[in-house]
Amino acid sequence: MTAPNLKVEDLHVSIEEKEILKGFGIEVNGGEIHAIMGPNGTGKSTLASALMGHPKYEVTSGKATFNGEDLLDMEVDERARAGLFLAMQYPSEISGVTNADFIRSAINAKREEGDEISLMKFIRKMDDKMNTLDMDQAFQHRYLNEGFSGGEKKRNEILQLLMLEPKIAILDEIDSGLDIDALKVVAEGINDMRSDDFGCLIITHYQRLLNYIKPDKVHVMMQGRIVKSGGPELAERLEAEGYDWIKEELGIEDETVGE
Amino acid sequence: MSVDTKLPFDQEYVTNFSKDRQEPEWLTNLRVSSLERAEAIDLPKPDKTNITKWNFSSFDHEKATSSDTTYDALSEKVRELVGKEENANTILVQENGATVFARTEEDLQNQGVIFTDIHTAVQEHSDLVEKYFMSEAVTADENRLTALHAALLNGGTFIYVPKNVEVKVPLQAIYVQKGAAGLFNHVLIVAEANSSVTYIENYASENASETVANIVAEVYAADGATVNFGAVDNFSEEVTTYVNRRAQVMGRDAKVYWSLGQMNDGNTVSDNTTYLVGEGSYADTKTVSIGRGKQTQNFTTLIKHYGKNSDGQILKHGVMKDSATAIFNGISKIEHGATKSNGEQTERVLMLSEKARGDANPILLIDEDDVTAGHAASVGKIDPLQMFYLMSRGISRKEAERLIIHGFLGPVVNEIPIESVKEQLIEVIERKVY
Repeated sequence: MTAPNLKVEDLHVSIEEKEILKGFGIEVNGGEIHAIMGPNGTGKSTLASALMGHPKYEVTSGKATFNGEDLLDMEVDERARAGLFLAMQYPSEISGVTNADFIRSAINAKREEGDEISLMKFIRKMDDKMNTLDMDQAFQHRYLNEGFSGGEKKRNEILQLLMLEPKIAILDEIDSGLDIDALKVVAEGINDMRSDDFGCLIITHYQRLLNYIKPDKVHVMMQGRIVKSGGPELAERLEAEGYDWIKEELGIEDETVGE
Repeated sequence: MSVDTKLPFDQEYVTNFSKDRQEPEWLTNLRVSSLERAEAIDLPKPDKTNITKWNFSSFDHEKATSSDTTYDALSEKVRELVGKEENANTILVQENGATVFARTEEDLQNQGVIFTDIHTAVQEHSDLVEKYFMSEAVTADENRLTALHAALLNGGTFIYVPKNVEVKVPLQAIYVQKGAAGLFNHVLIVAEANSSVTYIENYASENASETVANIVAEVYAADGATVNFGAVDNFSEEVTTYVNRRAQVMGRDAKVYWSLGQMNDGNTVSDNTTYLVGEGSYADTKTVSIGRGKQTQNFTTLIKHYGKNSDGQILKHGVMKDSATAIFNGISKIEHGATKSNGEQTERVLMLSEKARGDANPILLIDEDDVTAGHAASVGKIDPLQMFYLMSRGISRKEAERLIIHGFLGPVVNEIPIESVKEQLIEVIERKVY
C-alpha cells in the first residue's frame, strides 16, 4: 500500500464571487502532521471546506490530487471514501438519526455490500474509542449533534475520525471551545492515529493544541495563501511574539483576504 | 359543480343487506335514513382541497362471508402484517369487511373486555353499540360521506373496556380491501373510567381496482381512561379514501394518544379530531405522511378544547415527492371557559421534488383569555449543509437522503406501540420514498 498523499497546487477558491484562496499550495504525506496557523479571516477554514467539497465554495483554478487522483473531480462522498476526512468547525445537527446509526452507515459506506461491519465488532470499537475520548456512552444513542455543547460536538468529530480511520484528516479549529482537559483528550485521540498510513492537517490559530500534538511542519497563512513555513519552532515563536513580525518581514499590511 | 353521485343502492338494497346480516332494528333504520340523507347533503369540505371530482360513487358493495381460517391460509401479504403466528394472540383480520382470522385471549374475556368485529357486536351487544355508534364523535348527518358510511357499513371492530381494566396486550386489527370492493369500515372504542387500552390498525389493498374506502373510527374515553390508537394506512392508488378518526374525551383526566402513519397511494382526505371535554383531559396526535405520484391529500388534525386545564398536542410531519400535493391543516380550537388550557402544534413538510406541493397551515382559534398556545410550521427542502456533512463521511447522496428522511419521520414512527407494526411502517416508508 502506498503512503497517502494530498497535493494542492495554486488553488483559487471563491465564495459568492469573492476570491478567498489566492494560490494556495501544500503537500501532505502519510506519517506527517502539518499545522496551518494564521489570524482570523486569512482563508484557513475556506481551505478545509473547499478540499472536502462544500457546496458553497467554488474552485476557480488550481489543482488538488489525492493519491494521484483528481480530488476536485470527485463528489463529496467519493472524497471521503478515498480516505479524506474533515473534522468540521460547525458540524450539522441531524434530528432523528442517532450517532451510532450514522457512524455505522459511514463505516459501511466504505465497505462492499455483504461485507458490512458486524454489530458486535462495531459496538466494541465504538465503546473503545468513546473511552479514549472520555465520552459518555449515552452519546451513541443521541441524535447526531442535536443539543450537543460546542465541546461535545468537537469530541464527536474526533470520535468519527477514530472510527472511520481516514488516510488524511483535516482538523478545522478542533481546539476552539475546548477546555484544557478536553484538549488533552482530543490530542490523545489524534496521536493514537499517528502512523505512516495517516497524514494530518491541523488548522488552528492557537499554538496550545500543538503542545500536545507535535507537528512536523508549520505553515502561516495570510491573504489566502501560505506565506511562511517552518518546523515546530515556528509555532513557538508565533505563540511568543504573535504574527506582526511576519507581516513586517513580508511587508504585509492587511493579512486578511480583504475586499 | 359537483359530479353526479347517484348510487346504485336503494332503500330496499340497504334494508335487505341489513336483514341478511341479522342486524338490530336501530341499525337498519339508521342505514335507511342515512341513505336518504346522503343524497341531500354535501360532501365534506376540507380546507384548501377540492374533492368534488373525486370518486366516491364507483365501487362494489357485496356481502362477503366471514370464515375463520387458519394462519397458513392467509395471504403472504396479510401474514406479514399479522407477524409471527405465536405472537398473534389478540388480532382481528378482515377482508372486504368479513372476518377471516380472529384471536383473543381468555383473560380479556374474563375481565369483560369486548374485542370483536362490528357485525358480531351489533348482534351480541346491541344496546352498548347503539349507545355510542355515530352518536357524538362522528354523526351520520354531518356530510354525504358520513351518511353513506352509516348506510353502507360493511366492516369494522368494536372494543369495550370496562371500568378499571387495563388491557396490557395491544389489540390489533388488519383490514384488507380487495378488487373493486368498497370498504365502509367502522371502529368503535369505548374505554370506561380508569381503564386503558392500546389499539393498532392496518389498512391495505390487494389487487385493487377503482374503488372507495370510507373509514370512521370513534373513541370514547371516560374519567381517567387512556386510549392509545395507532394506525398504518396503506391503500393503493386506485382507492379514494375518506378517513375520519375522532375521539370524544369526555372524562376528567382522560387521555388519547394518536400515532397515525398515513401512507395511502390514492387520493385521501383525513379528518382526525379530538374533543377535549373533560377537565384535565389530554390529546397527543402524531401523524406522518408521504405523498408520491400524482396523488392529492388533505390531512386535517383538529383538537377542540372545552374542558378546563385540557392539553392538546399536534405534531404532523410530511414528505412530498414526484408531483404529489398535500395540505396539512393543524387546528387548535380553545372554547370559551376552557381556562388554563394549552394547545401546541407543529407541522413540518419536507419537499423532495420541485413539482410536489405541500402546504402547512397551523391555525389557532382561541376564545378564552387564560390559556397558553403555540405553533410552528415549516415547508422546506433537505438542508444542503446536512447533506454535505453526511456525505463528507462517505455516505452516498441517496443514503444520506434516506437517513435524513427517516430522522424527519422518526418522532412519529418511534411512537408506534407494536414493534412489528413499527417495522412494517418503516418498510412502507422505504418503499414510498424510493
